[in-house]
Amino acid sequence: MVSKDLTTQGASAKFDLVIEPGRSFRHYWRDLWQYRELFYFLSWRDILVRYKQTAIGIAWGILRPLLTMIVFTIIFGYLAELPSEGVPYPILVFAAMLPWQFFSSSLTESSNSFITNANMLTKVYFPRLIVPASAVIVNLVDFLISFAILGGLMAWYRFVPDWRIVTLPAFLFLAFIASMGFGLWLATLNVKYRDFRYVVPFLVQFGLYVSPVGFSSSVVPGNWRLLYSLNPMVGIIDGFRWAILGGNSQIYWPGFLLSSTLAVFTFLLAVRYFRNAERKFADII
Amino acid sequence: MGNPIITAENLGKKYLLTHQRREPYTALRDVIAEKAKDLGRNLLRPFTNAPSPVLDPNQEEFWALKDVSFDVYQGDRIGIIGRNGAGKTTLLKILSRITEPTEGRVRIRGRVASLLEVGTGFHPELTGRENIFLNGAILGMSKAEIQKKFDEIVEFSEVEKFIDTPVKRYSSGMYVRLAFAVTAHLEPEILLIDEVLAVGDSKFQKKCLGKMEDVSTREGRTILFVSHNMGAIGRLCDKGMFLDGGLTSGVTGVEEAIRSYTRQGGDNFRTFPDSPLRSLHVRQEGEEIIIEAMFSVPSPIALPCLGIVITDAFGNPVCGTNPVVDPPRVPPESKAEGRIRVVLHQPKLLDGMYRISVWFGDGKEEFFVQRDCLSFEVVGMVKNRQLPAAAVGSVFPSCTWIFE
Repeated sequence: MVSKDLTTQGASAKFDLVIEPGRSFRHYWRDLWQYRELFYFLSWRDILVRYKQTAIGIAWGILRPLLTMIVFTIIFGYLAELPSEGVPYPILVFAAMLPWQFFSSSLTESSNSFITNANMLTKVYFPRLIVPASAVIVNLVDFLISFAILGGLMAWYRFVPDWRIVTLPAFLFLAFIASMGFGLWLATLNVKYRDFRYVVPFLVQFGLYVSPVGFSSSVVPGNWRLLYSLNPMVGIIDGFRWAILGGNSQIYWPGFLLSSTLAVFTFLLAVRYFRNAERKFADII
Repeated sequence: MGNPIITAENLGKKYLLTHQRREPYTALRDVIAEKAKDLGRNLLRPFTNAPSPVLDPNQEEFWALKDVSFDVYQGDRIGIIGRNGAGKTTLLKILSRITEPTEGRVRIRGRVASLLEVGTGFHPELTGRENIFLNGAILGMSKAEIQKKFDEIVEFSEVEKFIDTPVKRYSSGMYVRLAFAVTAHLEPEILLIDEVLAVGDSKFQKKCLGKMEDVSTREGRTILFVSHNMGAIGRLCDKGMFLDGGLTSGVTGVEEAIRSYTRQGGDNFRTFPDSPLRSLHVRQEGEEIIIEAMFSVPSPIALPCLGIVITDAFGNPVCGTNPVVDPPRVPPESKAEGRIRVVLHQPKLLDGMYRISVWFGDGKEEFFVQRDCLSFEVVGMVKNRQLPAAAVGSVFPSCTWIFE
């Protein structure tokens, strides 16, 4: 009886943590901040692991976008003779390859991230959002490598970007939001339905066809452009081209706004969806 | 005594077990259609407990923990004891926030670190040094904290020479030692440990136990420790909690908890309070296996139908029977309670551990199902030289050789 009384007293004193069913932890975002070092270590692990035991290491990060760019330049630039917004075609393609590579690799890796880290998820607590987020962050390394290649291409073609290049981080942030939104959503679904493992590669392939990577989105007829912008990557790629290609590139602002709103909306929805699901992860993974 | 550092009130955790339906006539198109319907419904809100109007007959509720209440005070070292499936790990998972309870509430004061596995997050491609940092971060240590203790961890692990070698080249002993070393240097206010000492050689186990004992007595840390090793529990813990089928009477002295556990009669005898099947006992007697059960139901039943399935150490079913497929020579009297005794003369089983699952009902309806509820050991049932069970199966055939 005495200990019971003490318990109720203790309740009025401070408890750091209360665990109850259905309680989405109020301190989630504070926890996320506290676990930032784990976030850093997981990203660091993924980067280390990616380039260990590869014969040519970082070169993979160079070869992949470079070869894709060459193929696209030949097909769309030389064979199909599509317009190039007044810049060398390789640069037009590469400016779009940057966000597209980032988006597609992030999507692939983050959507599998809960499954590949299942062991950790059932053995320790941490805000699970860290896992797909670090999978996306890792691709920033590849992004930086690709960006260096772009610099090389520009030097080769003696192409000088104008002031707009400084706005690039904003578009990169938008690409991050889009990758994170779709990645998180697919990752959450993947926990319950492993089928999504097979859906993602298809989505990525399909996305490449419906996104203006190999060609400028100005080839899309005017009255279709808003509809085309329902694909969030259209706005992001246009933004990248606008920032990198400088004065020659025109951006279709209504489409851009639609694309970015959709990307942000998807992200917010995905976070909410994920937060609801997160509590049951350990039981079903 | 002060205020409790952990207070659990009426904690419960329910799992839904889904049984695979095995209907011979289910057409593939039905399966696809049903899946499509489910998928459509669940895609939108997959994790909310969909309020299905009727409970799916293929799903069975299972309470891993029920009405568990206890208080833990600072500096307590509590040994959590119970048979497999008693809810020990579930309890630790709730306390460490890996899974959430279905009902009840826990309040905790202080930082909690859980150690449910040795070397969580270890990556084989990374070196020992890299893994120390990674594993430390996963267990909740800060980078500064790991750096400060790094040398101590390496020394404790006894793998200094290989610290820059990828851990995939480590022997299993080295791997375990390194992983232990990291966890032994954790310094949370509350440490939850699950059976991790079961691996590793005994010398190193002693070293770890010593380190943990040291930390808890010297610095007043609170430890909740799950183990089947009563020796380790008795040595490390000053209090105990005995769990049985998800129920507990709370924190007691450690001797009392160990007594309750041993009184239960090891793993080949079990009681099921308040269920139609009261108790179950399985043992080997000579070349026979004897299973005994006590039952008690509200109204008399003509044939108390006890179904049994024996599985081997690998989880493969070996054999199974019940009094419907193999009726007794003398029909029993209708009874509401009584004893069922089955003697298995065949098959002859090779030496090893076996488990048994039981079903109990009246032949039409099942009152009680418990999978893998007991385990028992078979020794010397087969007198011949024994081939390895993993290669030839666990049944020794009785046969006649003919050479012509």
